[in-house]
Amino acid sequence: MKKLSILLIFSFIIIACGSDDDNNTPTEVAVNLRFSQIFDELTVTSLNLSSTVYVNEMNQELTISRLRYLVSRLVLTNSNGDSFLLSPYHLVDLSNSETLNLNTNLTIPEGDYTLSFVYGFNEEDNQNGAYADLNAVSWNWPEMLGGGYHFLQMDGQYNINTEPAPFNFHNGTARVSEGVFEQNFVVFNLPNTLTVSENSTINIQMNIAEWFRNPNTWDLNVFNTPLMPNYEAQKLMQQNAASVFSASVE
Amino acid sequence: MFIKLTYCLLFSLLFISCSSSDNDKYVATPLELEVPEIFSQYLIAPVIPTNNPQTVEGVALGRKLFFDPILSGNGTQACADCHRPQNAFSDPRQFSLGIDGIAGFRNSMPLQNLAWNFNEKFNWDGSAPTLEDQIFEPVTNPIEMNNTWPQAEASLKNHSEYPQLFKEAFEGAPIDSVLVTKAIAQFLRTLISGNSRFDRYLLGENILTPQELNGINVFMSEDLGDCFHCHGNPFNPLWTDNTFHNNGLDEFFADLGLGNVTGDPRDNGKFKAPSLRNLLYTSPYMHDGRFETLDEVINHYSEGLVFSETIDPLMKAVAQGGVQLSEEDKADLKAFLLSLSDPGFINNPDFQNPN
Repeated sequence: MKKLSILLIFSFIIIACGSDDDNNTPTEVAVNLRFSQIFDELTVTSLNLSSTVYVNEMNQELTISRLRYLVSRLVLTNSNGDSFLLSPYHLVDLSNSETLNLNTNLTIPEGDYTLSFVYGFNEEDNQNGAYADLNAVSWNWPEMLGGGYHFLQMDGQYNINTEPAPFNFHNGTARVSEGVFEQNFVVFNLPNTLTVSENSTINIQMNIAEWFRNPNTWDLNVFNTPLMPNYEAQKLMQQNAASVFSASVE
Repeated sequence: MFIKLTYCLLFSLLFISCSSSDNDKYVATPLELEVPEIFSQYLIAPVIPTNNPQTVEGVALGRKLFFDPILSGNGTQACADCHRPQNAFSDPRQFSLGIDGIAGFRNSMPLQNLAWNFNEKFNWDGSAPTLEDQIFEPVTNPIEMNNTWPQAEASLKNHSEYPQLFKEAFEGAPIDSVLVTKAIAQFLRTLISGNSRFDRYLLGENILTPQELNGINVFMSEDLGDCFHCHGNPFNPLWTDNTFHNNGLDEFFADLGLGNVTGDPRDNGKFKAPSLRNLLYTSPYMHDGRFETLDEVINHYSEGLVFSETIDPLMKAVAQGGVQLSEEDKADLKAFLLSLSDPGFINNPDFQNPN
């Protein structure tokens, strides 16, 4: 008897779902994200860290030994104006392959979307010590520089074939003067349509070369380290951030 | 009335069935880690393996084993001989001596807040994937306790107290090396340090001197000490990033460190960034104990950096030898670093020799 009732309940559920399908409600599909990095035509993975030599816009030869960056408020929006929050924030660490994929546990209707996200944290989200997982990996940005969190850490050596010297391309809140700070995040509303279907993965790609050229040509002989307290360097990074990200569906 | 009676009967039945199964199986007493307020406020949960939960009996057994020379080949050396409570469980000697008087080649690491080593990979070179794995090694290392596990297990089985203590801690499982490492690991996870002057300052319970306050400023300034990228910050109160760095000690490596473990030449010369807690008690410093004093350590980062291929780019101004701190900033930085020392940790009665 009990089994029968359960069976009946399930049948109702199935019928209910089925009738939705008849009304052309699209299938719900899982959303998976992937974060990949390139230096123009070269793919950059953890295997390339500290070994592959890249050439920037100024013809400076460099290696990258650490690359971590934060994106937040990742949202997909469809033409009906329905929005789906994929993740409140995500830290990518090139040396940790687990961080290069993000299974959102979210299902959304199949169809066309655009992607928006924040590079770094916006002012509301960028609170001192607010995220235990980010604290645990020392992602904090010093309070005297405005606090909150780093947005980017790219460390390496430049002039690698002549006189190697370190650069620490770290980005976060900009300090104008003592106690005066300027927000430095970038909101991305990527214009291209992402068609999401079963088993598709959205690939968010960073072209590292863009950090060194667009619109500001980056001279590592001038801006290498320390850059965090350097207001001008912080704003140049923010401007160059605007072209580093793109997204596609795989 | 009838309803009440029925409930009563039902509950009695439940009670009887529960208690009968309880009688069948002894269970060791679960023990929560005492997480410092500053950790629970800012950090993710500590790492406790599901196959080795903390228990009162397990911790007590681990403590007894840690201080007992019974695990060594000739019964003369305990873990605590090279991990001394008064030295934050490190060794004041540059290199510890094994039971045959043979010296090691790295300085004994302090043992503190080990459950917050989120990436695990214990030891200076990351050679032990877990804390339990780490404990296997010194017992059989010929230049340390130089024993064999069968012999160590036999000594424990023939002892007047240990068989009962193992029974209570591990619910009757037979004594073996795995249980020894589990018990000691449970004790080590209780070695928690989170009550330094600086911790109390963060909690608003304490004030710091102007010198200490300038010291944290030097620590947190990228254009001064820039210590925080590897050594934590007020919101990462472990004072380590738990990862591996080449901090510019040598041009050529006598000891490859992490590189020797991974086989990846990009890891050569990298060692675990140690926590800055309890520096007052943990001299000498660096993986090879080359620096006797904190002044030498600070001078290293200020003027003594040496370039090598795998040097961490966070070692700035390496061409000039380092960040060139003023004498005043050095003194202030040192004052701040010492405020991370925690006398309540080294003197905690629960962490002393019970034997």
